[in-house]
Amino acid sequence: MRNYIIRRLSLVIPTALIVSLVTFFLIQIIPGDVIDSLQRQSYDIEFDRAAMEKALGIDAPIMVQYGRWLGVAPQMDGSFSGIFQGNLGYSWLKNKSVLELVAAKWPVTLELGLMALIIAQLIALPIGIFSALRQDTWGDYIGRTFAILCISIPGFWLATMAIVFPSIWWGYMPPIMLIKFTDDPIGNLRMFIGPALILGMSMAGITMRMTRTMMLEVLRQDYIRTAWAKGLRERLVVMRHALKNALIPVVTIVGLQMPLMIGGSVIIEQIFSLPGMGRLGLSAVINRDEPLVRGTVLIFAVFLVLINLMVDLTYGFLDPRVHYK
Amino acid sequence: MADSSSERVAERKRHSFFVNFFIRLLKEKPLGTFGLVITLLLLFTGIFADFIAPYGVNEMYKEHLLEPPSAQFWLGTDNVGRDMLTRVIYGARVSVIVGLAASLFATIGSTIIGILCGYIGGKFDLIVQRAVDAWMCLPGLVVMIIIISGIGAGILPVIVVLGLSWSLIGSRIVRSAVFGIKENVYMAAAEAIGCSRTRIITRHILPNIMAPTIILFTTRVPAAIMTEASLSFLGFGIPAPLPSWGGMLSGSGRSYMYLAPWIAIWSGLALAITVYGINMFGDAMRDLLDPRLRGGAGRYGVRRLKKEAKEESESSVPEGSTKQ
Repeated sequence: MRNYIIRRLSLVIPTALIVSLVTFFLIQIIPGDVIDSLQRQSYDIEFDRAAMEKALGIDAPIMVQYGRWLGVAPQMDGSFSGIFQGNLGYSWLKNKSVLELVAAKWPVTLELGLMALIIAQLIALPIGIFSALRQDTWGDYIGRTFAILCISIPGFWLATMAIVFPSIWWGYMPPIMLIKFTDDPIGNLRMFIGPALILGMSMAGITMRMTRTMMLEVLRQDYIRTAWAKGLRERLVVMRHALKNALIPVVTIVGLQMPLMIGGSVIIEQIFSLPGMGRLGLSAVINRDEPLVRGTVLIFAVFLVLINLMVDLTYGFLDPRVHYK
Repeated sequence: MADSSSERVAERKRHSFFVNFFIRLLKEKPLGTFGLVITLLLLFTGIFADFIAPYGVNEMYKEHLLEPPSAQFWLGTDNVGRDMLTRVIYGARVSVIVGLAASLFATIGSTIIGILCGYIGGKFDLIVQRAVDAWMCLPGLVVMIIIISGIGAGILPVIVVLGLSWSLIGSRIVRSAVFGIKENVYMAAAEAIGCSRTRIITRHILPNIMAPTIILFTTRVPAAIMTEASLSFLGFGIPAPLPSWGGMLSGSGRSYMYLAPWIAIWSGLALAITVYGINMFGDAMRDLLDPRLRGGAGRYGVRRLKKEAKEESESSVPEGSTKQ
């Protein structure tokens, strides 16, 4: 086990390196830069292009810029300050450091994501288990139809409807300002519950299907037959013998859903005007704020790397049959 | 019992793979058949949009702005006086094109990368899989938005971005399928009689990973349609005058939705039904193709076994059998 953890951790290094490369060079493919974008917005002032490039540090060769971003090449003032030193750079448009901007936004996205995750599991597990136990009955058909409906209904559509129709029928509009949990916990939860439900829906559908499939597979195993033969109660067989084993791959699926959750939260935050990481990143892309785009993508990526690592490691704890060689 | 089941197998073998598949789909999977009908309906609408649509796709009726559904405009009109029904029908075409092309691109890409990684293995596999690892750790939608804002929006960019991105991710599934069959005796036999690599890949590996590959393809189609709609909704997919189901919910129409809620309903509904149908069909297909899910006799398969046993005993009663 210890060797496996060491080996798994050592795999993070190349992954992180490639992630940083992709994150850094991805935005280079966008033609034009922030100076063009600023010039368009203020056409009566003529910019001194060379001076601005120098000020932003984009006159340096691209590999030097990458090195500076990582923190292995000296900045313009000669100091080393990059990712390795815990500095993601400074936003070109907002006059703040990327970390400062992110720090203000991530609690919103985290709360949205966590609530969505919890809601999804609360919906998915009971229905998934029920569906498997009553395979090919009407209950199963309804459960499966519901699961596929959850996956099929586009979140952005449901979210749009959830904003449009209450306002037409009851004149209700979601709050525009963020209600902080510390100010008004109930109001805060009420503000997040709708978006979280919509965000968690597709995940619930996928988890439900996975739970059903795995339960079906496990229920056909010999040890389940043995459990029945011993005369154990249904509850015990299902919960203790079957579910515990069926849930192992479900953990993986939940981990694999995380990139989709991030994508979903970008959309949901946009529709419900929640000031989270997704909105920050999207506006940064539109404004060509390169350091901010890189910062948000990198933070999402680090989060996903950690989630994947966690999923892989929990696998061993959950399933004693898995041997790491 | 053994005899009758082997007879049944022999009977099944008479049909070709696809005929057999459709017979089983119709017999065993009512929901899957329903999904197939929706899928065919979508294909039909997409291909024959020009003949079905009552109006031109960008025809504007200046005196009919934001009209509710009526006999003249079945689903109403939008804020520049375009017929919503026509827009939704043409939207199906965009969805069909993106859904099929991106999935095909992604599946072929995944198969190539997956086979190479699985068959060659070694250092090549190790390096490529690290790239796949890294790609899976990036927030997909955000990355797609960045790339598309770089290369410009449009149908082709969406297809290419989706195809490339999912080629890498899907290669995992193909690779593990290749690993699964690599240890089989026929692989060793093929190598022993001196088959070339190309022959082994095309004649021995490819046919044996067909099931997971087809499943991969069917799961990608609805996902591609959904992702295209999401991208278009955010303004990074299909550019404005082209009718995309996602794009119809965003842009200029959005501020008029409170006045004319039908703008918001139809395209999303069409999208939901489409994705639902393809998912249902894909689901049934997986059940029929995946050998692990076939048959089985756990406690929960007992009812069917009992039924079969009953039928069997009934049929064997005239012969004077004592089987109970």
